[in-house]
Amino acid sequence: MFRYLIRRMLWACLLFVVITLVTYVIFFIIPANPAKLSCGQRATELCIKSAEKTLGLDKPVYVQYGKFLERLVIHQNLGKSFTTRQSVNKIVGNAAPVTASLVFGGAILWMLIALPVGILSALRPRSLLDRSAMVFVLIGISAHPVWIGLILAYTVGFKLGWTPITGYCDFFNPATDCGGPVQWAYHLILPWITFAVLFAALYVRMIRANVMEASNEDYVRTARAKGAPEHTVIRGHILRNALLPVVTMLGMDIGAALGGAIFTETIFSLPGLGQTALNSIQTFDLSVTQGIVVFATLSIIVFNLIVDLTYAVIDPRIRLN
Amino acid sequence: MALLEVNDLKTHFRTDDGIVKAVDGVSFSVEKGQTLGIVGESGSGKSVTCLTIMGLNPKANTISSGEALWKGKDLIRMSSRQLRNIRGDDIAMIFQDPMTSLNPVKSIGAQLIEAVMLHRDVSKKQARARAVELLKAVGIPRAERRIDDYPHQFSGGMRQRVMIAMALINDPDLLIADEPTTALDVTTQAQIINLMIKLQQDFGSAIIIITHDLGVIAEAADDVVVMYAAQVVERAPVTNLFNRPHHPYTWGLLGSLPRLDADVERLTQIQGQPPSLLNPPRGCRFHPRCPYVMEICKTEQPALAPISTDPDHLQRCHLDEETKDREAAKLLQGMVAA
Repeated sequence: MFRYLIRRMLWACLLFVVITLVTYVIFFIIPANPAKLSCGQRATELCIKSAEKTLGLDKPVYVQYGKFLERLVIHQNLGKSFTTRQSVNKIVGNAAPVTASLVFGGAILWMLIALPVGILSALRPRSLLDRSAMVFVLIGISAHPVWIGLILAYTVGFKLGWTPITGYCDFFNPATDCGGPVQWAYHLILPWITFAVLFAALYVRMIRANVMEASNEDYVRTARAKGAPEHTVIRGHILRNALLPVVTMLGMDIGAALGGAIFTETIFSLPGLGQTALNSIQTFDLSVTQGIVVFATLSIIVFNLIVDLTYAVIDPRIRLN
Repeated sequence: MALLEVNDLKTHFRTDDGIVKAVDGVSFSVEKGQTLGIVGESGSGKSVTCLTIMGLNPKANTISSGEALWKGKDLIRMSSRQLRNIRGDDIAMIFQDPMTSLNPVKSIGAQLIEAVMLHRDVSKKQARARAVELLKAVGIPRAERRIDDYPHQFSGGMRQRVMIAMALINDPDLLIADEPTTALDVTTQAQIINLMIKLQQDFGSAIIIITHDLGVIAEAADDVVVMYAAQVVERAPVTNLFNRPHHPYTWGLLGSLPRLDADVERLTQIQGQPPSLLNPPRGCRFHPRCPYVMEICKTEQPALAPISTDPDHLQRCHLDEETKDREAAKLLQGMVAA
């Protein structure tokens, strides 16, 4: 177990270096001149020269990347925004809780929908519930989150006036008078639903398929032959096996979504990572973009590691050595 | 009273193509402590017969009729709750493929303990002790330690031993073994069959053993039921059947046995394919493949009737007894001579 962890950590480091290198190359070298950008619109020759010096752009590429890594690893510093001169750490630090609220809340919501619907429709195939669930899956997968978000905002938020349409309220230590758990959740209702629909649909389909497959396994027949009542068969034998892959999917999806749920955040003006990334790309604020990529990479690596470790606990066939 | 008496059992499955008559009027009985062998090729309804007795067919598209009297009570008409109390306690079952019949994410101990605690009001500790006892009885070495292992840590033969331990753990009166050796290699097959014979003596359970291996039948069974196309074609005590088989299909089965002491180029085989159970042939179901076919076979189905010399020996064939005696003698002589 310990050796496995060490090995995994080393792999994670390598992965991290590769991904940052690629983004570094893409964002710092190919598209634009960061020095010019950092000087603003009325860039003078002098300003650009000095900016190049401070940003280290006069050095060869590998030295620049080395410096970037050094700054990141030793000082845990992502640099400063080119446009606002704010610390990128702070920008990511402010945006991450918003995205995390959206993603974790959304994940809870989609699992609350997908688990019962997926399981029940698998246990009663071709029933009314099963058919309705399949229609929902079709709609959920086909309908774009932007469309769903706009429709929800228009009907529930604007016409009915039940929920706010935009904005975010902090859960802890609100900066404005809008804050606290209740306001936080109230403002996130529509974003959660919008974000969860696609995943709920995908998960209903996956859980249904897994449960149906597991129901036909020989060991389920063995359990029935032992005289186990139906609920024991379902809980102890079918679900225990059918939900294993769901753990993998959930970990990977949450990890990936933490990089920014761009559509949902944009529609509901949530100042999360997705929207920050979008803004930074539009304003060529490359160090911010890079900072978010670093954060997203880390969250994917961390969640994959969590999935692997969880598997060692829940699936005896996986041995971590 | 017989322990289990099956009368005119029918199991039909509704499918998209129509009704599949997987079991069509099967009757037999099992006495206490006896072994009944059911033989027949794949798809002849052997397994479905037993799954029907156990109530393990998928409910949604299965129609069952007839009766399966367990100590006088009909299993087919029992509520699922009553049936559950019998399953795993009075009647236990082991399956063909030990590789997939155990839950991969639970230790074998947990699965054995579950089997005990479903039917006995005992503590987990007692159930565990019973599980260890049974694992020892089926010959799992270091049972106290191996009980916490998972199925993937056992070989196929060992897993089948675990399945047998699980089936016998509540001391059932009847053990149904659905091709228990088919998925195992030959040396392991013999071990498992010998183990079952030994355990039957120790536990005193009756056994229904489903197989397509006549060798297994000869070794283990007291009575034999030969099934073809969802019906019983011959039923007899094992010595009577092997001494004087009375159905051309049984002859085919016997003739296709490979022999170590015979030097034959090819084994004889039964011509043709087993019929579709969606639309079985009219008359005798074996007639399209029967080398002795007569006109009457094509239109009239023979009844399952005893032969004149032996009321325990039932067979379903129009052929006159004289011819059958002659042909059977010829076949057996051939086998002995070879």
